[in-house]
Amino acid sequence: MNLAEYKGVYVFAQQVDNVINSIAFELIGKGKDLAEALGTEVTAVLVGSDVKGLADELAAYGADKVIVVDDPELKEYRTEPYAHALASVIEKYKPEIFLVGATAIGRDLGPRVSARIHTGLTADCTQLEIGDFPINPIPGKEQKHNQLLMTRPAFGGNTIATIACPDFRPQMATVRPGVMQKRDKVEGAKANVEEFNPGFTPDNKYVEILEVVKAVSDTVDIMDAKILVSGGRGVGSAENFKLLEDLAEVLGGTVSCSRAVVDAGWKVKDLQVGQTGKTVRPNLYFAVGISGAIQHLAGMEESDIIIAINKDETAPIFDVADYGIVGDLNKILPALTEKLKAEKAAK
Amino acid sequence: MKIVVCIKQVPDTKGGVKFNPDGTLDRAAMMTIMNPDDKAGLEAALRLKEKYGAEVTVLTMGLPKAEDVLREAIAMGADKGILVTDRVLGGADTWATSQTLAGAIRNLEYDLIITGRQAIDGDTAQVGPQISEHLNIPVISYAQKIEVEGDSVIVERQYDDRYHVLKAKMPCLITALAELNEPRYMTPGGIFDACKAEITVWGRADLKDVEDSNLGLKGSPTQIAKASDKVRKGAGEKVTLDASESVDYILGKLKEKHIV
Repeated sequence: MNLAEYKGVYVFAQQVDNVINSIAFELIGKGKDLAEALGTEVTAVLVGSDVKGLADELAAYGADKVIVVDDPELKEYRTEPYAHALASVIEKYKPEIFLVGATAIGRDLGPRVSARIHTGLTADCTQLEIGDFPINPIPGKEQKHNQLLMTRPAFGGNTIATIACPDFRPQMATVRPGVMQKRDKVEGAKANVEEFNPGFTPDNKYVEILEVVKAVSDTVDIMDAKILVSGGRGVGSAENFKLLEDLAEVLGGTVSCSRAVVDAGWKVKDLQVGQTGKTVRPNLYFAVGISGAIQHLAGMEESDIIIAINKDETAPIFDVADYGIVGDLNKILPALTEKLKAEKAAK
Repeated sequence: MKIVVCIKQVPDTKGGVKFNPDGTLDRAAMMTIMNPDDKAGLEAALRLKEKYGAEVTVLTMGLPKAEDVLREAIAMGADKGILVTDRVLGGADTWATSQTLAGAIRNLEYDLIITGRQAIDGDTAQVGPQISEHLNIPVISYAQKIEVEGDSVIVERQYDDRYHVLKAKMPCLITALAELNEPRYMTPGGIFDACKAEITVWGRADLKDVEDSNLGLKGSPTQIAKASDKVRKGAGEKVTLDASESVDYILGKLKEKHIV
């Protein structure tokens, strides 16, 4: 493998039902930082059926170029045709870095592609930068420059590791949604599009889709919310979440929850914050009756302001809270909601 | 039907995380368990065995003590256990791990391979799909329901806002979610069988069609640049006040930060 042949930062622009997922814009945003450090460009790879019209949106968020792989076989996500699409793009264009979202799609697609082209893949990254490997020079070992250093949590968020892929290309990472920042949208941007179709011939690895069952949900995606009022086991019951919903309403926020609440059946999984749920970074995160298991902290500790209410003064949530109140949520929440309502009415 | 279930022995990170005086994880002091997603995969295999008749082989790669997790699987109802252990396999990343397991599986007959979606120590979710690629068979990840129909599997594949009902011809690899089922307990008879059971132990020489350059630390494309314990941002203020004082306190902070 001639590593010098591999150039440019590529990102997988995930779309479902011909709507681009926010992770694509986040990857372009981070990709721009990396590309600037390397003196190269960001290319978005858009895969699907009748998706060419979406390319300009990728340009609006900063993609210098968009490669469109458009084929009827790619209408719904399936591992094999999508893996074939990306592996073919990599073989033809030889990117130096390839980023994929750590979504339910990307965490299936990424490993299949990396295994096909024989390179390393670092999962669920929360930080990416260009640097040296080894980080500090080691006598007798070549220190390589301009390497992608990929940082990720492990052991349920107890440790963090920084990984490099010095001898294989592309350097591949899946990136946790909600962590990287998008660039500001430039209205009216036109994409520099290149179409590429490697040919899709169904074989034993093409699975058949018998049915697509969409969950009925009218809730706001908690990853987009600016204010989250999040409840844990301490809320006590599904009914008692009313207290949190009332507070969220007056604040213009959204209710989310911990894993214990999903396990108890009080709330749906879509609202779960944490290692096995979603990563959120709202302006304000209310942690109500949440003890703060390490897996939960991993999903919310990047929030700008964290206010925790818990009756147990030793709860680990207080270790990350900007403002911690030891007290009874059943008394504090209704009174807080009333007072906020009164202030609003007075204006 | 022949089913191979890949399982991993992992430290129990839930609740009982212990640290050394220098702040690093004290793995020796932590209990080990069968990885939860893998256990759900094993349970799914055992249910298929009950429904359709199947031979269930459990496979693990690890240190010699990983034999314990195979015996636990046999006590639950698995038929055979294979431990792949060898010094040269140590330090493997997901590429080298999947090469190792694929090399072991090539010695076996199989219709279905089931792995957990991800292990709670690494959380990568990569090894299952990578094994399927090395074996050139279809993969269905994130399975929340598994049925068999003739020579095919019908699987509900979970996504964020939907699921797909997928049909794949066997042989096929499926990665299981812990939500798939409630794994059974070991039975007294099973524990008795498990104690007596012969565990097959394989080393490097037993792996089929795998080059040395794809194994262990040397065969791992990814390398660790540094590892450290997570630095938390640290606690802010903590107050104990009565309810109405608490409300004023919170309101004050919300105003100070221009949220209201």
